[in-house]
Amino acid sequence: MSTVKLPPVLRKLSAGAKQVDVEGNTIGEVLDALDRKFPTIKNQLLTEDGQIARFVNIYLNDEDVRFIQGLVTPVAASDTIVILPAMSGGR
Amino acid sequence: MTQVYNDLLKKTKEQIRETKPVEAADFVKQNRQARLLDVREKNEWDDGYVPGATHIPRGFLESRVEEAIPDKNTPVLIYCAGGVRSAFAAKTLQEMGYTDVVSVAGGYGAWKNAGLPTVKPQSLTKEQQSRYSRHVLVPEVGEAGQLKLLASKVLLIGAGGLGAPNAFYLAAAGVGTLGIIDNDLVEESNLQRQIIHTMDRVGQYKADSAAKAIAALNPDVKVNVYKERLTADNIEDILPNYDIVVDGTDNFETRYLVNDFAVKYRKPVIHASILSFDGQLTTLIPYEGPCYRCIYPDPPPAAMAPNCSEAGVLGVLPGIIGLLQTNETIKTVLGIGETLAGRFLLFDALQTEFTELKLRRDPNCVACGEHADIDDLLEQHKRGDVLIPACRITY
Repeated sequence: MSTVKLPPVLRKLSAGAKQVDVEGNTIGEVLDALDRKFPTIKNQLLTEDGQIARFVNIYLNDEDVRFIQGLVTPVAASDTIVILPAMSGGR
Repeated sequence: MTQVYNDLLKKTKEQIRETKPVEAADFVKQNRQARLLDVREKNEWDDGYVPGATHIPRGFLESRVEEAIPDKNTPVLIYCAGGVRSAFAAKTLQEMGYTDVVSVAGGYGAWKNAGLPTVKPQSLTKEQQSRYSRHVLVPEVGEAGQLKLLASKVLLIGAGGLGAPNAFYLAAAGVGTLGIIDNDLVEESNLQRQIIHTMDRVGQYKADSAAKAIAALNPDVKVNVYKERLTADNIEDILPNYDIVVDGTDNFETRYLVNDFAVKYRKPVIHASILSFDGQLTTLIPYEGPCYRCIYPDPPPAAMAPNCSEAGVLGVLPGIIGLLQTNETIKTVLGIGETLAGRFLLFDALQTEFTELKLRRDPNCVACGEHADIDDLLEQHKRGDVLIPACRITY
């Protein structure tokens, strides 16, 4: 199982959990597994045509999957996935 | 002059080579390895010196020259004020094993009279030497670095959570010009974290309040106060006048505006944002590393991007993240160390955990990518056509 770290804005869907362990051989499968655990979470991260939304970055370990293979990027059990939407607060 | 001294000087000059200033200047121009060595005292150096010269006062010559010029075969051209001290210095260097040493005949005076280039060093005043002594003691900063800080101009977007620690510490560090743009008024609920403001300034403009705190802290700092919201209409009157931008806003509209104009004017942006217990920051250097649009091409919908007034923030968090921004700003001004360009630093205050992610330039970025038309993007800003759906949040 790989570890997914969730940003503050998604933690209301995960009952406050900051990180969860889910199964999946690709980033897409990991998001599917995440959605089964926390329904509707995928809608927050993907566009209507199933692409990663442009205001969200998903990092496999420390690499942005947009610069690897996007949703079909292979994931290993020991990997950490960081989901990071843009954050605006400064005050 | 005494007979002994005259004999000594005469004997010394017979044992060394001398060159005229014009010839010395030509030689240095044509020999990149050649080194000019100024052996005068500090007060003489402070009045002006030859560009590119290394300064070692005659009294420290033996103890310092090997560190400054390790290769004994380096051509060394020594000058003093009139050519006497440099003659003795040349003989000393020969005795130390330097093989190619000449003394500039007539010294700095003859150099100047020949119309050759000189520079006058800037130096810290006595008060500044005392105030910034802990900076000057650090070799990576030193007097030259402190002078760079004093000559630098930093624009702070926002005088709130992130802006407050940045403004305070940049002012303390002696950044010579600070621009502060903020159209908000100080409220009591700000004081839990915005430490530059005080109870007695509640109700005043934040930019004015910050300027008062800075004036009380460091009179070296010139503060330019902008009590307005940063928009496409005023940004070109403000941003190009600064060297570095510190982004401490709380909304995406301003963040994208700042990014796009900073790309156009090639200004580094020290970016940070905070929420609840989480903070993130990076240094955006146009065309060298990613810009904000490379990282996030579009802003999120409002539901995905609450701001601190909606979601709350631990008071100490903007202090921690804001000072990491200040650190990036100071390093960028001084040109030392490694900045966060190309790295996203995340901080989780609850776990006390830092995470570092890699950031890359996006070849398809609409601001700095291969096919980007930055002027067109700025025109879109001016027409109000830049689509930022989530950002109609007032700040």
